[in-house]
Amino acid sequence: MFAQAELPLFPKEASGFAPNVDALIGYLIAVSLFFVLLIAVVTAYSFVKFRRRRDKEIGVPIRGNLKLEVAWIAIPTLLALVMFGWGAVIYLHERQAPRDTLDIYVVAKQWMWKLQQPNGRREINELHIPAGRNVRLIMASEDVIHDFYVPAFRVKQDVVPGRYTTMWFRATEPGRYHFFCSQYCGTNHALMGGWVIVMQPAEYEAWLGGASGESNPVAAGEQLFHQLACISCHTGLRSGRGPVLNGLYGSKVSLADGRQVVADDAYIRQCILDARVNVPVGYQPIMPVFQGVVTEEQILSLTAYIKSLPKPGGEEAQAGPASPSRRGKP
Amino acid sequence: MNASAPAPALPANSYLNAGYGIRSWLLTTDHKRIALLYLASVTFFFLIGGAFAGLIRIHLLTPKGLLVSAETYNKLFTMHGIIMIFFFLIPSIPAVLGNFLIPMMIGAKDLAFPKLNLLSWYVYIIGASFALFAIVSGGVDTGWTFYTPFSSLYSNTAVAPAAIGIFITGFSSILTGLNFIVTVHTMRAPGMTWFRLPLFVWSHYATSVIFVLGTPVIAITLLLVALERLFHFGFFNPALGGDPILFQHLFWFYSHPAVYIMILPAMGVVSEIVPTFARKPLFGYHFVAAASMAIAAIGFFVWAHHMFVAGQSPYAALVFSLLSFLVAIPSAVKVFNWVATLYKGSISYDTPMLYAFGFIGLFLIGGLTGLFLATLGVDVHVHDTYFVIAHFHYIMVGGAVMGYLGGMHYWWPKITGRMYPELVARLAAVILFVGFNLTFFPQFILGFLGMPRRYHSYPPEFQVYNVMSTAGASILAIGYLLPMIYLIWSLRYGKIAGRNPWPATGLEWQTDSPPPTENFEKTPVVTWEPYDFQNRPDLGLSGPEPYAPQGAAVAPSPPAQD
Repeated sequence: MFAQAELPLFPKEASGFAPNVDALIGYLIAVSLFFVLLIAVVTAYSFVKFRRRRDKEIGVPIRGNLKLEVAWIAIPTLLALVMFGWGAVIYLHERQAPRDTLDIYVVAKQWMWKLQQPNGRREINELHIPAGRNVRLIMASEDVIHDFYVPAFRVKQDVVPGRYTTMWFRATEPGRYHFFCSQYCGTNHALMGGWVIVMQPAEYEAWLGGASGESNPVAAGEQLFHQLACISCHTGLRSGRGPVLNGLYGSKVSLADGRQVVADDAYIRQCILDARVNVPVGYQPIMPVFQGVVTEEQILSLTAYIKSLPKPGGEEAQAGPASPSRRGKP
Repeated sequence: MNASAPAPALPANSYLNAGYGIRSWLLTTDHKRIALLYLASVTFFFLIGGAFAGLIRIHLLTPKGLLVSAETYNKLFTMHGIIMIFFFLIPSIPAVLGNFLIPMMIGAKDLAFPKLNLLSWYVYIIGASFALFAIVSGGVDTGWTFYTPFSSLYSNTAVAPAAIGIFITGFSSILTGLNFIVTVHTMRAPGMTWFRLPLFVWSHYATSVIFVLGTPVIAITLLLVALERLFHFGFFNPALGGDPILFQHLFWFYSHPAVYIMILPAMGVVSEIVPTFARKPLFGYHFVAAASMAIAAIGFFVWAHHMFVAGQSPYAALVFSLLSFLVAIPSAVKVFNWVATLYKGSISYDTPMLYAFGFIGLFLIGGLTGLFLATLGVDVHVHDTYFVIAHFHYIMVGGAVMGYLGGMHYWWPKITGRMYPELVARLAAVILFVGFNLTFFPQFILGFLGMPRRYHSYPPEFQVYNVMSTAGASILAIGYLLPMIYLIWSLRYGKIAGRNPWPATGLEWQTDSPPPTENFEKTPVVTWEPYDFQNRPDLGLSGPEPYAPQGAAVAPSPPAQD
């Protein structure tokens, strides 16, 4: 491994993206070396060959050459278009999470990361994940902009207050990898990092099961749901002043302004904070604004509780393919 | 060796002895004197910004940080960035060399609005005073990028004075840009057509367009930050319905073109130096001129490539990535044309030429690594790491500062009437080149390995490259101090330069060194094409052999690819 050597040149490759990104970097380095050597050789050669031999001498007054100009516009353009296309393919793959992800909720704040496994197990500045699984991070910030960056995975994503951002990856190699905050966030920015611990799936299951006495986000959400008096309107009955929340998560909602949106994490978050933005057909915009009343972590608990509510038909609501995009689909 | 002019003494009347005393400087409307006012001020800020950089590099010698607390470190890199960008790099070449040379290069007596020019300097000084106030009142810790909501809500440092200082200084840029544009349009000497303009003037014209169109946006943006800080407006604060990402769009809409404000003038300097020391016309004049304008135009449409991981739409990212590749092409065209100019030239290795090719080498690496950052899949990895730091220092220090120093040496005989000591100057240029690469090349590798920027402490595996970088910085510091010493020395002891020591073809070399206040005894008339050494008997040069007819396609054996 390079990283063990005295002078490491590349970080470890530990995600599905890493080999592709490194191959593209290889292409970029090759093109760069070609041009650097070309310019260096031509310059050095000219400096010797065409050096001034007589004090009063002048050069041959060549003013240009159209064919050369066309060539050195066209060839770099073609080389650059390959870079663009290749980079775009990798980027779009990174931006589009597959459907079968293991979802981890992440809340960033000055200067720590709080992470929560699907079963509610919480971690601070550590993230345990199984190798070979697609993992999606659904991230919110309590204060300023942060950024979750795992060099060994070749991915990073800003965490922006006021919205969810997501990223995904598939770790390939069990091991411990640095993660960093890579968006400057104030005094202890440099200390706001930790470790991603990639485990064999069985090991991970064992680790996950070992959580005892930890607060269950569904239970915490349910408690909040009563405490904030959500229950007084969202009674679970069609007669209630608020919509029925059973089976809401992942379903399509028709809004009063004609839009149809998928009720994903971002939608639920928006509705809790300020319901006037998304008023479902048949309801009045009477819900109080909870902006500034609930924290991002409380929103995550409430969302977990809403997710857990059984569908009206009776089956368990399943965490569907909802992708949290801001304010519905573009 | 260059032929020294017959004149053994400095001219009797020059702009330097046109008046004495502090008033004759502080109330001057002579573009040359104003240029020297700027020279003194930007040098002052370069020293401050450089001192901050030195402290940063010393601090990073050890993983835990050697010197200062996290708070202080954050202030150091913030003030380093703010001072170097807004108070040194942006004004450096335009306000010093551009101010001094543009009227002379086009055969004019002064800029179009001499009083406005003086006002620009005062506005700059007022803005700079706010920045200095921000430093002495404890500093700023937001990074030079002022990202919200950290800058507008969370930082408890002197953000507002710094933002207001930059806001004010912006007007200095706008006024200078206006002045240059009007001057180039209206004050060219008879015969000085657009395509006879020196490329230095073309690149400053392009720069001025960015000054005028871009600077108001950063001014307004920082004003909004100050308003949000002081009066709690909700422009960027999500809790009040604002959008922190909006700030990034506004900020980079100026601050990306600002990169071209810093590099285009340096490109102009290189385009002057290369023909003079190769003694032949610049290869592809029209393409180089058009490339400046293309960079200025396309440069306005690439800003969101700073935001590929900020959570913007992936489709927007695709568009901005593609446009970022397009803006790289005109820069590549310039590099090819500079190098092709060497072909069948009569090349001397005087100091300005060493700086020019130092520029080309470092700018080439800076530009090529810019392609890494424009590539979406790669940027996601190296964004906000030391790779970015290395990249933009190759452009701004390797490019802009090398160009600035090359230009200072090239026009030093014109500005002062005296030559600098050639041998030690060449040595300094080589020291700078070596020191620069040792400082910043290891940072590319640090970035690949994943070291984020703006870290006051770092995991131990990154140490070896940080030590290399700091060692390089100490060499770099020597490279910067040497010119300051010998240039000052040359003011008294330098050889008398004469009108045209190199000799070069531009109009500025047709008059005394240092020039008289009105620049020319009588308005020059231009009858030759740019960089024409062949039809200029007044230069006292002669060709090596019979020439091919001018303008004919003397196909050079291609110094290009294939």
